[in-house]
Amino acid sequence: MGATPSAPGAPVERREGRAKVTGAAKYATEYAPPGRVYAWPVPATVARGTVVSLDTSAALALPGVLAVLTPDSAPRLADADDPTLAVLQDSRVPHHGWPVALAVAETLETARAAAGAVRVRYASEPHDVTLTVDHPGAYHPEEVNGGHPGERRQGDPEGAFADAAVRVDVSYAVPPLHNHPMEPHGATALWRDGALTVFDSSQGGDTVRATLAKLFALPEERVSVVCEHVGGGFGSKGTPRPHVVLAALAARHTGRPVQLALPRRELTELVGHRAPTLHRVRLGARPDGILTSLIHEVTTHTSRVKEFVEQAAVPARVMYASGSSRTSHRAVALDVPTPSWMRAPGETPGMYALESAVDELACALGMDPIELRVANEPPAEPDSGRPFSSRHLVECLREGAARFGWAGRDPRPGVRRSGSWLIGTGVAAATYPVLVSPSRATVTAHPDGLYVVRINATDIGTGARTVLTQIAATALGVRVDSVRTEIGVTGLPRAPLAGGSAGTASWGWAVDEACRSLVRQLAERTGPLPPGGLTASTDTEGTADAESPYARHAFGAHFAEAAVDTVTGEVRVRRLLGVYAAGRILNARTARSQFIGGMVMGLGMALTEGGSVDPASGAFIGSDLAGYHVPAHADVPAIEAHWIDEEDSHLNPMGSKGIGEIGIVGTAAAIGNAVHHATGVRFRELPLTPDRVHL
Amino acid sequence: MKPLLYVRAGSVAEAAAAHAGRPEARYLGGGTNLVDLMKLGVERPEVLIDITRLPLDQVEELPDGALRIGATVRNSDLAGHPLVRERYPVLSQALLSGASGQLRNVATTAGNLLQRTRCAYFQDVGKPCNKRVPGSGCGALDGVNRDHAVLGHSEHCVATHPSDLAVALAALDAVVEMAGPGGGRTVELTEFHRLPQDSPDQDTVINPGELITGVLLPPLPGGTVSRYRKARDRASFAFALASVAAAVQMRGGVVRHIGVAFGGLAHRPWRARRTEAALLGSAPTPEAVARAVDAELAAAVPLRDNAYKVSLARDLACEVLGSLTAPT
Repeated sequence: MGATPSAPGAPVERREGRAKVTGAAKYATEYAPPGRVYAWPVPATVARGTVVSLDTSAALALPGVLAVLTPDSAPRLADADDPTLAVLQDSRVPHHGWPVALAVAETLETARAAAGAVRVRYASEPHDVTLTVDHPGAYHPEEVNGGHPGERRQGDPEGAFADAAVRVDVSYAVPPLHNHPMEPHGATALWRDGALTVFDSSQGGDTVRATLAKLFALPEERVSVVCEHVGGGFGSKGTPRPHVVLAALAARHTGRPVQLALPRRELTELVGHRAPTLHRVRLGARPDGILTSLIHEVTTHTSRVKEFVEQAAVPARVMYASGSSRTSHRAVALDVPTPSWMRAPGETPGMYALESAVDELACALGMDPIELRVANEPPAEPDSGRPFSSRHLVECLREGAARFGWAGRDPRPGVRRSGSWLIGTGVAAATYPVLVSPSRATVTAHPDGLYVVRINATDIGTGARTVLTQIAATALGVRVDSVRTEIGVTGLPRAPLAGGSAGTASWGWAVDEACRSLVRQLAERTGPLPPGGLTASTDTEGTADAESPYARHAFGAHFAEAAVDTVTGEVRVRRLLGVYAAGRILNARTARSQFIGGMVMGLGMALTEGGSVDPASGAFIGSDLAGYHVPAHADVPAIEAHWIDEEDSHLNPMGSKGIGEIGIVGTAAAIGNAVHHATGVRFRELPLTPDRVHL
Repeated sequence: MKPLLYVRAGSVAEAAAAHAGRPEARYLGGGTNLVDLMKLGVERPEVLIDITRLPLDQVEELPDGALRIGATVRNSDLAGHPLVRERYPVLSQALLSGASGQLRNVATTAGNLLQRTRCAYFQDVGKPCNKRVPGSGCGALDGVNRDHAVLGHSEHCVATHPSDLAVALAALDAVVEMAGPGGGRTVELTEFHRLPQDSPDQDTVINPGELITGVLLPPLPGGTVSRYRKARDRASFAFALASVAAAVQMRGGVVRHIGVAFGGLAHRPWRARRTEAALLGSAPTPEAVARAVDAELAAAVPLRDNAYKVSLARDLACEVLGSLTAPT
């Protein structure tokens, strides 16, 4: 056995880093099984109606075209509890961009040309794609994303608000946002002897396998899913998306391996988006800043295909003591593409609104916004009354304040100039729940000293492969280079998806248990290892998912310095700093990347990102990366991510909380608060582009 | 799949010959816009005539002090050219405020002038657009039009011209040189791009088969100072929401020469003749500058989502003209 254990938290480099930068790492549409052909979808150009006729003759006449799948010709799918995947099954068009046909051809170019040659006639119906706060179709959903109740109420929030000495009653708007992972959604599908294999760009191969097995009425053993390398997902690859179903349908129909990569422009309407949210936040406080009422009401849209309600009022149930509160959601089902998860669903837009309102309250009180937050720290989780397993928000705020240079900040807005720029600073808190799911894992000790960990985890760019190796090496008491970790293909021990910042906690728990079990077995052994090695298995069903008596959340504090051009209203962020309390950090290098990546995404949300729906067609407008502005390098300032050493024994064996999402959560509010501090004007609609901010 | 013929031209005559009689032929410069549009199905050429090997890649100084910029001079090279940096800072600044370093390394001078609007309705073949399909309507008129025109638009088209370079050239009295089947001709840059009127499918006055060979930049009066300023949604790699190019010569506190143009506001670079006329021969105060700018922008007719452009352009122009006319 190796002598030196690798320290948990060590900044171990990505194990697949070299393969990625040299191009050797294969992504879903880089596999080339013999006979591979290409598919290209035909998206609907109306927002609501039915397809009356599909003329495929011109497309089929093109040399090299194998087929054009239509609802008449496509193989039938069984029900898989996800209507967004019921593609090419009927002539109904539920939203713009819905696939109405699929061209398959020998080359990518031919497939695209064939898709363009399909003539579609629609019977269109009047559609509604515009969310308004007073939409007559708004309803109160029982449950919102994450299984949370749609509404929670404590005490008499309206009465307490009316009686409050200091009140803030404000509205915020967050536009639709798009995940836009660098690798678009793509899949390669092939059928052999009645079994289906797909190479998919997904956050979870076992989830894809289970869904495809249902859709194609196959036992799961006859479906294999490979997700060895994935170029980001941010939630949009959490569950299977239509591209993999289309590829599998086309492969079955043509008998050829089929590759389908969604064009960037079609991602926005097929793989989910963050729904727009309209917020009304009411905060009532005593003159000393103690909250007496907190009301957060969210109005959002969902599609007519499937209900998804962004749980944006939920973080208010975690954050502050308030005596009385109401947090509620209203949804409007529109003729829009189905929204879905995008990095920190709920927390990201919800905390933007809540943390902006807290800043407004601090201004109204004449109180420092950090001290206001500290004054309202709850002794237990406000909504549930459960004790926190650990909560170090105050420590994050204090540490961040010291590092950022908050002390002595002049609270007056609109008074700091640097040339034609107004300068301001802002702070916001962040939170994200600790989620964890059961997982299986095995580890094998080989006679040559190698340990092989097997688990169907997915590395979506986070460094999961590396961190799991570290967890195993730590538990085994060996060096990381004695451990090989196999992930990313079904058939390996079943594992949950990379989502909800729960991947490492869920997989690591199983890996840690398997390794400790192996260590015990090895200790009991006397003779040499058998040629095939000695294997230990584990399944954390029943332990990892056991109900905790504790409220478990990560917390963080975001600080921003913003400059606003007095001539143009252009906002440029000069500094971003985050401090996180997220349990034990398992790899300093990859964790830093996760935090900073989240913060850059929050910067985009604050300054540049916003989807627009064209009322006439119901389409997302400007939905490629030229029209949807993610931050360019020049937008990204000096960013610092720090964390405090947090010991929490109520989590998992590693003592870790998730870190993939919390970096985005408070960033937009911190920037918005800094813009207010700079200008003296409160802008309550994102993004903060010159059309809004021009003074 | 539509076959595509690729021709590499060795001379202007060869290029013209390859184009002759083929309405679906396109000259290929850097390809930074044309190739995108081909991928989107907006452009469907039958022949691509690669003109990047033509001997038009030089910036030369003429005996009268003018600069002739070859059609295929790359944006990066033009922006960094010593004479451009020294004499026409506005041009260098405009170029460097556009696109990204990678794009500027391949994009050409002529291609920049001939780039198409980035209007999302123009770029999406599933949407109505009179520029792409005459008679199909304008999706942006009542659609998402935050980025669109406030000056010179028509009910048929509210698109803007996206170039930064062209705005600087408009303020500098540049002249476009073309070669065509009927021989060579020149057009002032301010007349090169059209207003949409009832035929927005015509971006410019160039005729089928005509080829831009260069841009002539007349010498500026001695002591002229110039600047370009652009407002955009992010710090780089974004088109202008509004921009202004200005070149001003002051003598004894009085404006002796002035060229001002707006970008991001119209179907073409918008030369601000009213502003110029109001300031020429005067010793401008900030109030006079503001009045002169307002005189030009009074003609603006904003759409539903873009009224901000008028005040944004006003503030940009006041700041730039204020700085160029301020007593030193």
